Amino acid sequence: MNWNNRTTIFLVVGLAVAGVFAVSSAWLASGEPDGLERVAEDKAFIDRAEEPGYEILPDYTIPGIDGEVSTALAGVVGVAVMAGIGLAAGRLLSRRGDARDTEAGAPPRGSTGG
Amino acid sequence: MMAVTPAVVEAAAGPGLHIPDGFLSTPVAIAGWVATIAVLAVAVRISNRRLNERAVPLMGVMAAFIFAAQMMNFPVAGGTSGHMLGGALAAILLGPWAAIIVMTAVVGLQAVLFQDGGIAVLGVNVFNMGILTALVGYAIYRVAQPLVRDNRMLGLGVAFVAAWVTVEVAAIATALQLAVSGTSPLDVALPAMVGVHALIGIGEGLLTAAAIGFIASTRADLLPDAAPAASSRVQA
Repeated sequence: MNWNNRTTIFLVVGLAVAGVFAVSSAWLASGEPDGLERVAEDKAFIDRAEEPGYEILPDYTIPGIDGEVSTALAGVVGVAVMAGIGLAAGRLLSRRGDARDTEAGAPPRGSTGG
Repeated sequence: MMAVTPAVVEAAAGPGLHIPDGFLSTPVAIAGWVATIAVLAVAVRISNRRLNERAVPLMGVMAAFIFAAQMMNFPVAGGTSGHMLGGALAAILLGPWAAIIVMTAVVGLQAVLFQDGGIAVLGVNVFNMGILTALVGYAIYRVAQPLVRDNRMLGLGVAFVAAWVTVEVAAIATALQLAVSGTSPLDVALPAMVGVHALIGIGEGLLTAAAIGFIASTRADLLPDAAPAASSRVQA
């Protein structure tokens, strides 16, 4: 793809913002029950919730690490994995257009792309 | 998701609209899988034909940002919290089909890796939080955006409204599924879900408008569907 400096900067800044959100959520996020949880408690069906059958990073924590740091690290893992999946999915799906663009040379900025 | 919530709730019912296993009946869970797989297949097919390579970095950033934003629960009235869903934001920036793929990745990873939202009901969770929000948010934005033309503030207002509506649509869908599953009657679940998510939707709207405003002022060329007049369209 046409990977230029502006694209790299956008990617770095965007992922940094996501990372800051994820890490700071460990300290800043509200611990109150959320919308569905609140309704489930108020309307007395919260007990129907089943425990997950397995745990990897349960509830945004890293097993064995305590406190907010655990959530912060789990958040960093999540941001990294999500960025990888998003980029990979995009690359995979846009490959044909990519090949076409390469054949025809880089499409001029301002082309409508159809 | 935070330590102060009772452990049983914490482990089973994650933030936002993530439905844990046990809340929905098997038929509803299966219907969720069928609907989600069908729509996802369409999304992959259309994206495979039309997705412009220029959208790739934005897809990576959107997936990471929406995941992170969903961790940031903000307080709303009455000892309740909420967090962004992000479907409207992704759809406005990427178009509905690429947005559905991004949202499926986010909600899927939350269930598989972080035990947030049940595995059996994952199809329903993707449908509510990823597909409905992307399609509804995009539709509202596309219909209303031409009416405000180049007025930047009104454009952000439209994004706010579109995002707010998507939270309510997802909440209504969840209430319907709870009712059909026999978990909570509709006359109980619907007003409760709509009421609390009316407040949570304000946060969704503000964050959506802020994110679009930020990108519009820094990388307007990445806002194809939001501003067709801008340089080029991500989705052809």
